[in-house]
Amino acid sequence: MFWQQAVNAIWLGAVYSLFALGYTLVFGVLGLLNLAHPSLFMWGAFFGLVAVNNLQLPIWAALLLSMFATGLLGIVLERLAFKPLRRRNAPHLSALISSIGASIVLINLAQGAFGAQVSRYPFDTFPIQILNIGPVSITLLQVVILGVSLALMLALRWLLLSTRQGQAMRAVAFSERTAARLGIPVDRVIWQTFFIAGALAGAAGVLLGLAFNAVSPFMGTTMSLKGLTVMVLGGLGNIEGAVLGGFILAFSEVMSVAYLSSDLRDAVSFVLLFVILLVRPNGLLGRSSTKRA
Amino acid sequence: MDVLSQFWATYGSVVQFALINMLLAISIYFTLYTGLLSLANAGFMAIGAYVSAVLTIHAGTPFIVNLLGGACVAMFIGLLLGLPVLRLRDVYLAIATLGFGEIVRIIAINFDNFTGATLLGGAEGLDRVPKLTTPEGLIVTLLILIVLLIQLPRSRAGRAMAAIRRDENVAATMGINVFRYKVLAFVLGAFVAGLAGGFSAHLTRFVGPNAFGFDTAVNILAYAVLGGTQFWAGPLVGAALLTILPEALRFLNEYRGIVNGIILMVAIVYLPHGLVNPQWFQRFRRTEAA
Repeated sequence: MFWQQAVNAIWLGAVYSLFALGYTLVFGVLGLLNLAHPSLFMWGAFFGLVAVNNLQLPIWAALLLSMFATGLLGIVLERLAFKPLRRRNAPHLSALISSIGASIVLINLAQGAFGAQVSRYPFDTFPIQILNIGPVSITLLQVVILGVSLALMLALRWLLLSTRQGQAMRAVAFSERTAARLGIPVDRVIWQTFFIAGALAGAAGVLLGLAFNAVSPFMGTTMSLKGLTVMVLGGLGNIEGAVLGGFILAFSEVMSVAYLSSDLRDAVSFVLLFVILLVRPNGLLGRSSTKRA
Repeated sequence: MDVLSQFWATYGSVVQFALINMLLAISIYFTLYTGLLSLANAGFMAIGAYVSAVLTIHAGTPFIVNLLGGACVAMFIGLLLGLPVLRLRDVYLAIATLGFGEIVRIIAINFDNFTGATLLGGAEGLDRVPKLTTPEGLIVTLLILIVLLIQLPRSRAGRAMAAIRRDENVAATMGINVFRYKVLAFVLGAFVAGLAGGFSAHLTRFVGPNAFGFDTAVNILAYAVLGGTQFWAGPLVGAALLTILPEALRFLNEYRGIVNGIILMVAIVYLPHGLVNPQWFQRFRRTEAA
């Protein structure tokens, strides 16, 4: 029983982490909280659905297509909602409010285009196969989701730490002005960041949509607050922190449902959020205390 | 007179909703005026609505007592929440207050389960709340608040709040007790939001846990941001426009919600001071004098 729950939690944690990666990447590079990220995630799920249903693509191609399309949507979002504010040097709270507006627009567009009801992937999108390993059973789909999530996390880490692109992103995160003085094309780095964050959101959308087989315009709203908890747990803007936070949240949720009461599932997330904000607002892996908090 | 009564029969409820939304806009105006982005006001509205409705149904006390009771409970919880949370700055404060609204919702749904009482009606909420809200009551409350808002920039507290909005560190250096004024703004906002909740419960005759979620928090924010957060008429204009607008845009059907989002984005990007910008009047006055 316990091992089965642990396996469920590891799998769920991987999805939470993947969702929070793009969220936290934008905060890390630009210092702004993009509340439209959950809406990108929701659009990612719909892009995947359209690719499977209307274009008859296999699921791996749908995943790639959705990542690309959601990445482009991320760039559009940056151009419309954030760039004008950055030019004016507006306070961070303005960007936060603007992202809320963008998120309302994205949700309503999806509702108009796909309807408010829950859509589903076709039954045979992914072969249903249950693997039994010792005392636990796990579906092939869950294994694949775990694998893809971990691969994307490692890819992001490699990109940030070992490529020129990542170096430029870290420089912009340190100081936009200094980066510009050093000849880094800040504007390009920023839209590239939004593309990567959007692609990660798209991947999370397709994988989560597949896993729960439920895609709706409102799927981003519940994830939105969980994503915030995950980010804050690990420290806003901290990539490794988001991964750690995802697993902590998943473990607390799964265990509280298994051993306490299912009514508490959503409460767990907020209690964690409050406690960590009050005790350690920079997160578990947060370093300097005054830089951004 | 005939035209007037006909107008009231058709649009009376819209007008009353607009008045309630004005109260909500004022509630978030206090915190925004101090430079704090708090999204907790939907939660305070819920507390005001539940407490006043329960008092009306079970205690039988006069409406005004129930209303103020709900608002006071909201204010007290605002104090309990504000004391720890107001030590956090901008984005962190926004996140913490966003979480608060959800906690209120979860407690409202599970309250009866855990306590064994039949007070809040769980997920179905409370219906059959008597209709006690009157336009006169709303207007009197609003007028009192407007007088308070007009006096705010001239008062010691108002100046301190504006200084904190401009620069917290400078304000602290000038000897302003930053934390105390932040708590004051937060608690005032909670009180007004609680009042609005009470009025709304006794107008719609219903209180449900899902009516005060993230959407409501965002709407409240949109009223104030559109209208402007530095001049008293701002939140009133913003709330009135955003309440009437959806009625005027009925032909857009399911795309209607988009308008709210676009307004929020356009307002923050192109109208950083909101629709009601006192500088415009000043320019007008100056040309008049010349």
